[in-house]
Amino acid sequence: MLKDITLGQYFPGTTLAHRLDPRTKLLCVLCYIVAIFACHSVWGYGAVIVTLIVSAAVSRVGVKALFRGLRPVLFIVVFTAVLNLFYTPGETLWTWGVLRVTREGIRMSVAMVARIVLLITGTFLLTYTTSPIRLTDGLESLLSPLKKLRVPVHELAMMMSIALRFIPTLIEETDKIMSAQKARGADFESGGLIRRAKALLPLLVPLFISAFRRADELATAMECRCYHGGEGRTKLHVLRFAARDYLVFLLFLALAVGIVVFD
Amino acid sequence: MDDIIKVENLTHTYGVGTPFERSAVENMSLSIRRGELLGLIGHTGSGKSTLIQHLNGLLRPTGGRVLLDGKDIWAEPKKIRDVRFRVGLVFQYPEYQLFEETVRKDIAFGPVNMGLGGEELDRRIRDAARFAGLDESLLDKSPFALSGGQKRRVAIAGVIAMEPEVLVLDEPSAGLDPRGREELLAHIRTYHRERGNTVVLVSHSMEEVARYADRIVVLAHGHTLMDGTPREVFAHGQELVRAGLDVPQSTRIAMALRARGLDIDPAVYTVEELADALLALRKGGEASC
Repeated sequence: MLKDITLGQYFPGTTLAHRLDPRTKLLCVLCYIVAIFACHSVWGYGAVIVTLIVSAAVSRVGVKALFRGLRPVLFIVVFTAVLNLFYTPGETLWTWGVLRVTREGIRMSVAMVARIVLLITGTFLLTYTTSPIRLTDGLESLLSPLKKLRVPVHELAMMMSIALRFIPTLIEETDKIMSAQKARGADFESGGLIRRAKALLPLLVPLFISAFRRADELATAMECRCYHGGEGRTKLHVLRFAARDYLVFLLFLALAVGIVVFD
Repeated sequence: MDDIIKVENLTHTYGVGTPFERSAVENMSLSIRRGELLGLIGHTGSGKSTLIQHLNGLLRPTGGRVLLDGKDIWAEPKKIRDVRFRVGLVFQYPEYQLFEETVRKDIAFGPVNMGLGGEELDRRIRDAARFAGLDESLLDKSPFALSGGQKRRVAIAGVIAMEPEVLVLDEPSAGLDPRGREELLAHIRTYHRERGNTVVLVSHSMEEVARYADRIVVLAHGHTLMDGTPREVFAHGQELVRAGLDVPQSTRIAMALRARGLDIDPAVYTVEELADALLALRKGGEASC
């Protein structure tokens, strides 16, 4: 049951999108997000949608996989649509009791849904083509100017890598503890909310204890290898921009600038 | 002896319909006799962990059946919890599942889930603690204040307290020091003898299984490779070695001596037996001189 959860949905591949520098992809997604929130006209949305379709095609992501990323936010999408539909003031088209649909409401709700869907699918492409480790590497490198302001960028990136690294481990551990408690007759599936919450105790206590134990062991292991943070640390995989990175970034920058200026 | 558990053509495939589809157990049949101490051996990936999780219904077979007292345990899926109380399963490194404030409460978790309370609960806790080799003075301590070996005993007691008809232990001595191992296994044997209950001991240590089991089942690559008394199984030492398994040291010495032309029984599996066999050989040798 728990094994079905995929986090960071990374799928290894060798497409152009996979080979791009993670920093390029992060910057492109940033441009893409700016474009989404700056566009108003059908042309603007059209340009963003075309960008998404081309990126998806280059990354070889199936339509199904693309929309699978939307499933967890489906509720928010529907909620936003309904809220915008009924609560936007404007020219009334149709009323039923307290509910009132306006022309502006329809426009607004379609636009908001389009924005959310584009936002989620676009960022999904990023995690689909970039391994979590490369992603944190890219983030660390992009945020490194903040080190001057004494922001512990390297430490934050390290924490993120470690957290990502331990998600599968913790899921496995949860599975194991669940089985062990089930073998002693624990029942995680039936009963009301309070009973269920109580039933989680035999799962959560051992899980927390083991998480702390692991953290402790990891810290000791890191200290044994003289880890002391980012100062003077070199990397095994040094990030380097290639010609394709500049090219792709310029395309996305053009999209963002174009939409902000003309739309 | 009649069979308390019968596994018929069990198949279990993980991740059906995904690219990660993989059979851990394939068409495995096996019977566990009432009152025996069965040793289950196989190296990592032989399917032993998957198999034992079928015995108490934690996993549902993708093919085949598991019979407990002649009845398919999945005949009534809603009553699978009762099967878990009848077949107690102690996982590997069970000390990581402890969660209660006191040892007493943790041991009580299983029996309380069975709906027990009062004097019966108290008796079971004390009995289980005794069988697992826990001193009564530890019962009111926090399980997290105990040593690793003691924690493991608490976890084992937690399953024994359900008084299951079959007790399945997955690598109960893994990670303990030699003395801790010896003590723990001795306690399990005492429990088996006093209660007369069925015990399944899963291990990859041949020495351990050879010393304690009445019967041994060897698993390899999701199948049963051998099934017999320790003597019968270790007589096929070469095959075991080929399956990537070890044989007890004494058997290995006997095999080596035999390869050098000594007429020694290749099925000896304890140090005592080997010594006897060698002594007998020497006497025989002197007589022939």
